[in-house]
This record gives sequence, C-alpha cells and structure tokens, in this order.
Amino acid sequence: MISTLRASAGFLLRRLGFYGLAGFVALTLNFLIPRLMPGDPATVMFARFQGELEPEAIDALREAFGLTDAPMWEQYLQYLTALSQGDLGLSVAYFPAPVTEVIGVALLWTVLLAGVAVVLAFGLGSGLGALAAWRRNGLLDQIAPPLLSFLGAFPYFWLAMAAAWIFGFQLGWFPLRHAYDAGLDPGLTWAFVSSVISHAVLPAGTMVLAALGGWLLAMRNTMVGVLGEDFITYAQARGLPSRRVWLHYAVRNAMMPNLTGFGMALGFVLSGALLTEIVFAYPGQGYLLINAVLAQDYPLMQGLFLTITIAVLGANWLVDCMTVVLDPRTRT
Amino acid sequence: MSGLLANRKARLGLGILAVIAVLAIAGPWFAHDPLAYLGDPLEAPSARHWLGTTGQGQDVLAQTLVGARLTLGVGFVTGLLVLIIGALIGGTAGYLGGRVDDLFTLLINVFLVMPGLPLMVVIAAWLPPGPLTMMGVMVLTGWSWNARVLRSQVLTLRNRDFVAAAVVSGEPAWRVVVVEILPNMASLLASAFIGATIYAIGAQVGLEFLGLGDLSLVTWGTNLYWATNDAALITGSWWTFVPTGLGVALTGFALSLINFGIDEVTNPRLAATRHVAGPPRSTPVMREEP
Repeated sequence: MISTLRASAGFLLRRLGFYGLAGFVALTLNFLIPRLMPGDPATVMFARFQGELEPEAIDALREAFGLTDAPMWEQYLQYLTALSQGDLGLSVAYFPAPVTEVIGVALLWTVLLAGVAVVLAFGLGSGLGALAAWRRNGLLDQIAPPLLSFLGAFPYFWLAMAAAWIFGFQLGWFPLRHAYDAGLDPGLTWAFVSSVISHAVLPAGTMVLAALGGWLLAMRNTMVGVLGEDFITYAQARGLPSRRVWLHYAVRNAMMPNLTGFGMALGFVLSGALLTEIVFAYPGQGYLLINAVLAQDYPLMQGLFLTITIAVLGANWLVDCMTVVLDPRTRT
Repeated sequence: MSGLLANRKARLGLGILAVIAVLAIAGPWFAHDPLAYLGDPLEAPSARHWLGTTGQGQDVLAQTLVGARLTLGVGFVTGLLVLIIGALIGGTAGYLGGRVDDLFTLLINVFLVMPGLPLMVVIAAWLPPGPLTMMGVMVLTGWSWNARVLRSQVLTLRNRDFVAAAVVSGEPAWRVVVVEILPNMASLLASAFIGATIYAIGAQVGLEFLGLGDLSLVTWGTNLYWATNDAALITGSWWTFVPTGLGVALTGFALSLINFGIDEVTNPRLAATRHVAGPPRSTPVMREEP
C-alpha cells in the first residue's frame, strides 16, 4: 500500500515537472515571439497611436510594455519578475487596464463552457463507442460512426453558425448571443442560472456534436482490439454476466488510451471553443481573442495564449491524477 | 493501392475528393469574377446567381469555387510539409535513440500539450497576412502529432532483423532510413499526410475566420469571415455560409473516409465481420428440428 502510494506520487510529480517545463517553454516563446519577428515590436504595437502621441509618450509606452533597448537577457529577467507577480502587461485596446484584469472573468466563462462540452462529448462519445463495438454491426454501429464523423468534419464554428441560424434565428428556441440576459444580476438565483443554461445550450451543444465522432471512433476501435483478447474470451467462458464482461473487462481496459488522448485533445477542443464563442458573442477568451486581433492588441493576445496554455496544462495534470486512480499499471 | 480501392469507404472518399478537386481546378474558369459586384447585397439563390449573393453583392458560387482552389492548395502543401518535418524529427529520434531520442521526445511532448490556436494567433498576428504566413504557422504548431506517431513506428522497425542486417552490411544511416525503413511504413505515412491535410484545412479556415488571413484573397476562410461580418446570421442569409461550410466538411469527410479505409486495410481486425466478442449467444445443445 505504502509503496504503491509512493509510486503514484512519484508518477504525478514527474508529470508535474513535465508540465512545469512545458509551461516554461510557453512563457519563453511568449517572450521571444515579438522580439524575433521582423521589424521593431514597439513600432508595430503602437502603430495605431502614431501621430496622436508625442515621441516621449511612445518612449514611455515602450518602457511600460518592457520593450526597452536593454540587452535581451535583462528584458527576459524583467519579464519573468513581472510574470511572477502576476503581471501580464497592459492591454492596448482597453488601455490602461492591465491584461490580467481584462482576462479575469472571461477565463471563467470559457472554462465553464468548454469544460462542460468536453466532459459531455467524452462521456457520451466513449459510451456510444463502447456500445457500438459490443453490438458489432448493429444499428448503432452502422449509423453513428459515419454520421458523426461527417458532422465532425465541419469546423466547430460553422456548426455553431448553422445551429444559431436554425434554433436561434428560425425557431427562436434559444438566445443567439451572450452568456445571460443583460437585465439580470449575476448571482445564485434561479432566474440567472436558467438564463446561463439556456444561453449555453447552443454553443456547448454544437461543440459536443463536433467532437462526439472522434471519441466514438477512438473508443470503438480500441474496444474492438480489446474484445479480441484472450481474457475476454476467458471471462465469457467462465460464464460471467454479459454486462460485467462488458463494463469491468472490456470498457475498463479500452478506456485507458482514450483517457490519455483526452489530455491532448483538450487543446484542440479549446481552440474550437474559442471560435464557437465568437459566433455567439459569448463573453469568454475567444471573444477577447477576436477583439485583440481586430484591435491589434498584442499584449492581450499573448496574455490569452499564456492563460489558455496554463489552463490546458492544469487540466492535463488532473487527467493524469484520474489515470492513477483508474489504471493500476501507473502505480507500480 | 489496389487493396485500398477494394475498400468501400476508401472508394467513396476518393470519389468525393476527385469531384471536389475537379471543381476546384476547373470551376473558376466557368464562374463569375468572385470579387466583382454583380448584384444587390444578400440576394437569395436564383437562376442568375445559383447560390445567391454576399453582403457585398458578389456571387457566392464563384467565391466558393475560387475559394476551394487556394484553400485546398494551401491545405495539401501544408499537409506535405507537416509530414516531412514530422518524419524528419520523429524518424531521427526513433532511429538514433538514446539521448537524442529523449531530447526530441521531450520537445514533441511539449509541443503536443500546447494549445494550437492561441499559439498560431500570437505568431500570425506579428507577420504580414497571407498564405505563406499561414503555412509557416500551421507547420510550426502542427508537426508534433506526426512526429510522435512516426517516431514510435521507426522505433519498432529499427529493432527488426532486416534493418539490423542492413546496418551490419555497412549501409549508411540515411540509406537504411530511406530504403529499408520508410517503404515499410508507407501506409502510416499516407494516413499521417491525410491527417495533416485535414488539420491544415481546418486550422487555415479557423485562422482566416478570425481575420488573420489576407482579406483581399478569396478563400473558404475569408468567405466565412465576410459572411459573419456582413451579418449573415442576423439577416438569416444562410446561403452566404452554407456552401463554403459544406465544402470544408465534404473535403474533410472524404479525407477521413480514405484514412478509415487505410486503417481497415492495414488492420483487418477493424474490418473483419467475424465474431470477435459480443453478447453471448446460447450454445445450441440440441439439433434444431428439421
């Protein structure tokens, strides 16, 4: 017991170290990208202020954004010190608000929307895939994979547009924009929560629909492999109830590769979520991202890149914690 | 290849892809000028404009056909580049093993967990917009998946006897990789290329939808960008975004069908209809009545 605990802790610490390294690479890239690009980053960044501001004011801005003439390593140290104090610089579009303040609440909306969609798509997709492989060539196995992979071929945001047009514009069942009715005060009241839910149905639903096929096929194909193994035949030969063979022998073993894929797919799904948010003007990271692109707000874009990366790395680590619970092999 | 043509899914995929390719190559010669203002804004589909007009009064059919050319062209070239970079890095890591492998695997894993779109946006925003920027950014963020898959395959083949024999007989490393190992993973390379192309088309359309492409060009991504900017949803003009979306989806679907076909041909278990396992059927104890 103690030794398995120690092994699990070791595994989780190693993974934590890896994510720490990945995070460090991300924030170093974040520092290097503007400085490696052709041209002077400050000139590009403040192009929109040109002619409006005195040269002295531009110099002050340079200073504020850390784009000084100091040697690279000195700028890097300054950048790291600022980051360690939770300072992501100042936003250009919402000047002079700090980037962290602009991102703040938006991150919660994205985590809520994408989190719900990812968990639903993963659960539903894996479940249906496990059923399809079990009843091989049954109705579900014939219809679901081709249909869902066709839907999965549409860009997330296009499905969002189509759903918004059909269910929001034509039928009027769900609201077209934003995360809740503008007249409501955020709080734990039924009116607010139900408004949040009805606003989330279309964006989350289209994301689930787009991602479902991938999970279903991955699960189905792993299941097909597992079902060919001897231990399944043996379990059946022992006369175990069919449900038990399916759930405890086949599904449990087939889950593992899918769960590992879950972590890596997160970044991809999140990218889809960002574009979906734009269609619905959902007040999350994606909505900020397009505003940042339109206003050429480079510090905001980079802040978004960093926060999204850290969120993805954190979620990956949580998935690792789950594998430790579910897969005894990681504990030895 | 003949095995692939015998597969139903692969045949269907190749068929759809061929139709799209013909439309993308030949279509623009017959269509209107996609940028000319030919009618009123947001005209519904009619005999004059089969797929209606955009918010600027441009012909949607012409934009869809012309957009296909650039989008698919960039998609396939990017797919090829992603494959080459992935094969180079993954192949080197798998073949050399040891410290080099450890280092490359770490690099691959770091790029795998980093979310693609925000990274692409951060880089693309600093560069002049256009197809070249798009390709560079997609290659930079997309190579890791293929590198990982190809690395493990090279690693397995590396330990086979025929490769050991080639090494012992004094063949140079590049020859072992190019002549002995790569031909033995042709199907994996093909499906990696197709996967990379699907990724490239999706990423490109997404980035251009965000407004990071060259907006003076006509591509599927910019079509969707203009559709939302011209308030397609609020005016209910579905014809401005449906044709382009169908184009993207059909291309992606056709490519995945080919990939399923490759999968089934190389992994017969997936295609086999023989009884593997399933809900138990009762064992016939008595002979059925004739």
